[in-house]
Amino acid sequence: MESPEGKPIIYTMENKPIATCAGDQNVFTALYQTLARELPREPMEWRRSYGRPPKMIHLEANFVQFKEELLPSEGNKALLTFPFLHIYWTDCCDTEVYKSSVKDDITKWQNILKNYNTVDWLIVLVDSDAKKKNKTNILPRTSIVDKIRSDFCNKQSDRCVVLSDPLKESSRSQESWNAFLNKLRTLLLMSFTKNLGKFEDDMRTLREKRTEPGWSFCEYFMVQEELAFVFEMLQQYEDALVQYDELDALFTQYVVNFGAGDGAKWLKSFCQPVRSWNGLILRKPIDMEKRDLIQKNGASLLDLRSYLFSRQCTLLIFLQRPWEVTQRALELLHNCVQELRLLEVSVPLGALDCWVFLSCLEVLQRIEGCCDRAQLESNSSHTVGLWTYATEKLKSLGYLCGLASENGPNSEDLNRTVDLLAGLGEERPETASSLQSPYKILKEALSSVETFEKHYLQQSCAAMEMYKTIGRLRSARLIGKSLAEFYMRKGDPQKAETFLQDALKIYLAEGWALPVTHTRKQLAECQKQLGQTENYLQTSSLLASDVNLTEEERKHFCQEILNFANCQDDNQVQKIILGMSTFAQLKELHFEPSSAVVHVGGILNIELSLFSHMPVAVLLENIVASVHFSIEKSNFRKATEWQGKQRKVSLGSNGIIHFQSDPPIGSPCQSNMPSLELYEMYDKSPSDNSLNSTGVICKNVHLLLRRQESVSSIEMPSAISVEDGAQSLRANNTLLQPGLNKIVFSTQAKDPGLYTLRQLVATVGRVQFVLPHIYPIVQYEIYSQEPNLKVEPLNDNLLAGIAQRVKFTLFTGHYTIRNGDALQLSNADSLIILCSAKYVATILANTGEKIKDSTLMVQSSEKVTSITLPLASAYHIVEFELEVMCHIPSSIPKSESERLTNGELYRKTKERHNPELCMVSLDQKISIDCPWSIYSTIIALTFYIPFKVKHSLLSAGKRKYIQVCLQNMSDVSFNLSDPQLKEIMKYPNVNLISMNQENQQQIFSKQNVFYLWELKWSKELPSCLQCQLSVMFSPSSDEDEPNSLKPYTHDFIMENIYTLYTIKAEIYPSLGSEHCRTGCLCSLEVSIMRIAELLETDRDEALTESDGLCTTKLMYEVVDNSSNWAVCGKSSGVISMPVAARAIHKVHMEVMPLFAGNLPFPTVRIFKYLPHHSIHMAQPDTDSLIENDTLSIDKSLDEQADSSSIRSRTSTHSASSEHKGLPMPRLQPFSIGQVFNSSAGMQVLVVPSKDDHVLEVNVT
Amino acid sequence: MAVCIAVIAKENYPLYIRSIPAENKLKFHYMVHTSLDVVEEKISTVGKALVDQRELYLGLLYPTEDYKVYGYVTNSKVKFVIVVDSSNTALRDNEIRSMFRKLHNSYTDVMCNPFYNPGDTIQSKSFDTMVSGMMLQAC
Repeated sequence: MESPEGKPIIYTMENKPIATCAGDQNVFTALYQTLARELPREPMEWRRSYGRPPKMIHLEANFVQFKEELLPSEGNKALLTFPFLHIYWTDCCDTEVYKSSVKDDITKWQNILKNYNTVDWLIVLVDSDAKKKNKTNILPRTSIVDKIRSDFCNKQSDRCVVLSDPLKESSRSQESWNAFLNKLRTLLLMSFTKNLGKFEDDMRTLREKRTEPGWSFCEYFMVQEELAFVFEMLQQYEDALVQYDELDALFTQYVVNFGAGDGAKWLKSFCQPVRSWNGLILRKPIDMEKRDLIQKNGASLLDLRSYLFSRQCTLLIFLQRPWEVTQRALELLHNCVQELRLLEVSVPLGALDCWVFLSCLEVLQRIEGCCDRAQLESNSSHTVGLWTYATEKLKSLGYLCGLASENGPNSEDLNRTVDLLAGLGEERPETASSLQSPYKILKEALSSVETFEKHYLQQSCAAMEMYKTIGRLRSARLIGKSLAEFYMRKGDPQKAETFLQDALKIYLAEGWALPVTHTRKQLAECQKQLGQTENYLQTSSLLASDVNLTEEERKHFCQEILNFANCQDDNQVQKIILGMSTFAQLKELHFEPSSAVVHVGGILNIELSLFSHMPVAVLLENIVASVHFSIEKSNFRKATEWQGKQRKVSLGSNGIIHFQSDPPIGSPCQSNMPSLELYEMYDKSPSDNSLNSTGVICKNVHLLLRRQESVSSIEMPSAISVEDGAQSLRANNTLLQPGLNKIVFSTQAKDPGLYTLRQLVATVGRVQFVLPHIYPIVQYEIYSQEPNLKVEPLNDNLLAGIAQRVKFTLFTGHYTIRNGDALQLSNADSLIILCSAKYVATILANTGEKIKDSTLMVQSSEKVTSITLPLASAYHIVEFELEVMCHIPSSIPKSESERLTNGELYRKTKERHNPELCMVSLDQKISIDCPWSIYSTIIALTFYIPFKVKHSLLSAGKRKYIQVCLQNMSDVSFNLSDPQLKEIMKYPNVNLISMNQENQQQIFSKQNVFYLWELKWSKELPSCLQCQLSVMFSPSSDEDEPNSLKPYTHDFIMENIYTLYTIKAEIYPSLGSEHCRTGCLCSLEVSIMRIAELLETDRDEALTESDGLCTTKLMYEVVDNSSNWAVCGKSSGVISMPVAARAIHKVHMEVMPLFAGNLPFPTVRIFKYLPHHSIHMAQPDTDSLIENDTLSIDKSLDEQADSSSIRSRTSTHSASSEHKGLPMPRLQPFSIGQVFNSSAGMQVLVVPSKDDHVLEVNVT
Repeated sequence: MAVCIAVIAKENYPLYIRSIPAENKLKFHYMVHTSLDVVEEKISTVGKALVDQRELYLGLLYPTEDYKVYGYVTNSKVKFVIVVDSSNTALRDNEIRSMFRKLHNSYTDVMCNPFYNPGDTIQSKSFDTMVSGMMLQAC
């Protein structure tokens, strides 16, 4: 520990607690060395009062000879000189000696102590064998001790200790030493606790009196500092610091209270004007000068603060907390400035700056003195605050003293400097030797402009570097900015610029609008001075559009641009190019026509909505949009596709394109990230327009995913260049008002192709504002269109047989219809164009706008129908409707509907689904000669036949009826009349008698009408009958022409009409019972009767002829599909049937009803039974081959099918079975008219079996 | 009594900044912006040490001669900065804390507004009123 210089007594001693020694000095002297060495070796636990935590403490003591003067008199508060323990040493071992001298001596000593109320004492009896040997009449060792104890330590026997053989190396000696030392330490601590406790209590009492008048802070300060000294002496720096902190807090509280109007009297002395500002002194542990001032009530606020802080600093450094020093220092300096302000202390201008500057540097140098470089560097976050503060203060001093101006200080400044330097006083001796003492630095800095600059730059750079190393970029930039201000004052814009740009970058990047504006303003000034015209103008345009500036400022900067733009400087031909974004913003773009598609020669208007950011109206010499032209392949697409379709997805529904507004400054993340532009995507198959896939496409991926550009590009759009587009749109002499402006570009379309707007350039005198890219992409298209004719039906399906309307749409394209131009339609046989005077043609503009109507002349000759077109200019549409009628042929061509027409599939899908429900179609082609082409245009139209006819033969025994079903397949209702069935071959003996009553009938959509005729014949019936149905029809909605009945005919052929066999089935109950019963066998009798004689149709392989008697083989079959019957035994069999009228064959079999009730008879069927060795050859087709396997003799062909199909199938059976080479007999069913089942539909009553009932009763 | 209250987005641009008196707006903007340095420093050190403690209050960021700058950071890294006049010694740490808590609550209300677009500058009237209240009187 450094021993402070100075006179007062307390500092002449070593700073150790004092213990006095009385008695035999020789004894003590002999032991002193050991004692001083051994005492601090072992730590002792110090238990503290007031709940303070116990501490381990190494005790030391300063042993001095006992003098009465050392004992403090009443009221003496000095603690450092306080003797904490009094020790009496003796080595007396002789009772006589004890009684004669030692006892008296001790008594005297005790009395003195008692006089001073001191109870901290100890008597040490040194007991050594060497001494004892010299004596003859030695008493037992204990006796002296006992005597002393009984004499002096009546209650405290521990106050007397024996130290045995202290100078010998023995275990006994060691033990007694330890006991003694322990005792000594304990007593010392006890004394500390007691005396310090007492002191603290006194101190507290003093503090409590602080509200009393006349209480002095300085007095109290001295008292509490005494305590701090003692703690420091005991090396309890923490506790010492607490004392100072308490003093600090107390003082602060008073100042605060003073501010609140509660001023203590004693505080007045601290309010004296500041006369000296020589900063903190931290190099001495105790600044005695300041202490004296405090003691004498002569300290100023700065003195007190300085002294307090220097003590705190010393202790903190002892505690190895240098970084707390810097932190506290900054707080202190700020606090002092505040306190001086609060106490309204008069401070000369600049004095505080000096004080703060010096103090900052003093603290920094003090810290540097106790730390190594690496430590300092790694802790610059703690020191940088002081550096910055010092820099700030130096700067303000420089400004104050005129050292930071271009011209240097004037006389007033010099006077002020002299005053300030005077307040510093003399340099203190302890720093005099140091070359870089704060004092010297300040003095030098204030001495001249150059030295100030040197020091200021040094300071600033140091602070900036520190900030950069610890990553506090923003703080570094702020210092940079302040440096830039300094440079600007010095008239050195070159150096200022970089700092300003750096600062601007960080503000822009983080979107701080106000700092951006402010820095830009500084930058503008800087650039103006530097003569960076382009940059200056760019910055000016930014500032002119900056809403954070006042209207005047904005106007000023706008005027700067305009002044430059309009000044006539012939030397500089080159135009200055600036970005447009700051000047004006493109809000939207409106195409007229809205599709942005114009035919050649058409007029295209583009209306720009331009939002001017300028505060005043600006006259633009011209505004030019450069256009890129490309011949797009898609241009060759059919021009008709353009009609009514939007050209681009980005184009709004009304031809308006909205541009994304630039986000305002303040949200940088948004400006860096344009919003997603998503579009739906449909991928359709080219052939049938069905959807293959769909998805979402992001159109501006390139913007979203690009690397984040460095911020500089925002500010310096240096790469803007004006494109020299071959084509451009131009508007001249436009006055751009602040806010929204509309500018119209008008152009006449010339070359067909795709035009893309690339750049927008506004020219004001020598300045050009350029919008380098227009995004989203804006395009318009100019097309050239061939004339084109389109013919389409008005309704979905054109119906054959009645008049239908067909719409003709003629796109004139580049062709102008002249007088006399006509369409020549070559007439087809089955397609008639109905001539009428009512036809009206409508002429439309390309946009769909109606222009006029005009009548249409249609003239028909034998071969050609000529339609005279109305006059229409190019790129117009002529629309008109014609009535056409397609005749229905009586015989329908097969499946023509599926043919491709005009390269497109026409209703194919529908027909594929269900041919039964679809109408039969007819394709008709019209060849049209157009006036603009030498080639004919072929137009295909598909007509549908609205009806379908089904016929069937009905038999009743021998009588025959023909039923015809007429189906209306269309969506239209018809009136039918006059149905007739004719036999075409005109057999003389065949007669068809109509059984239809009504003459006129209505048939609604999707409904059927049935007609019936009875077939009568007199002689033999022909095996084949050709019939023709004819019906007159007219659409029932057609009220205008009720008489326009059209005929509909249908031909069909019927074969094998004549009945050959009658089958009759009968069921009898079992013998003896009246009814059939369930579960009982009944007999089934089937009679097959031949009705006809041998006919042509019977002549087949089944027929055998012997002795003029013809027989044929039949197979019968009894089948019950509804599971009502169980057929017992053979259900089928082959019979030989004589081919003669009235021949009957009966078959009996057993059947059992399974249910009760009226059960229908089982079905009985017969087939022709053909032997396998047939020579009959038929063309097998694949269908029958597949079906073949399922068909065998007993397997029935029980499906209900119409006669013709069964016949065709069975005939192929025979062939196919042969192909397989198996000797299988074949079955051939009869056609529907050949067999008459007389028992069809009959039922028999079956009663339930009685037993069932009985059984049920029994069970219950 | 706060002289400046600022809400700063995660990306360090101001969502809201208000100061009295109005003339010194620029100074406070610079001050708040610079204070972000310390905020970031504290977040990064606190982030390491006190991940679980969820202490949002950052304490005194840095003192200047005239002002004290306090910081607070939400879990979503939105920063609140309150600047207090140094001469106002009556304000204790606890009061600053409760001011921040109030600010945070009010900010949460703003965020709950379905019409508020997170990241936009705050224009809520109630938020403004609350801030005005804090500027007028110590809470």
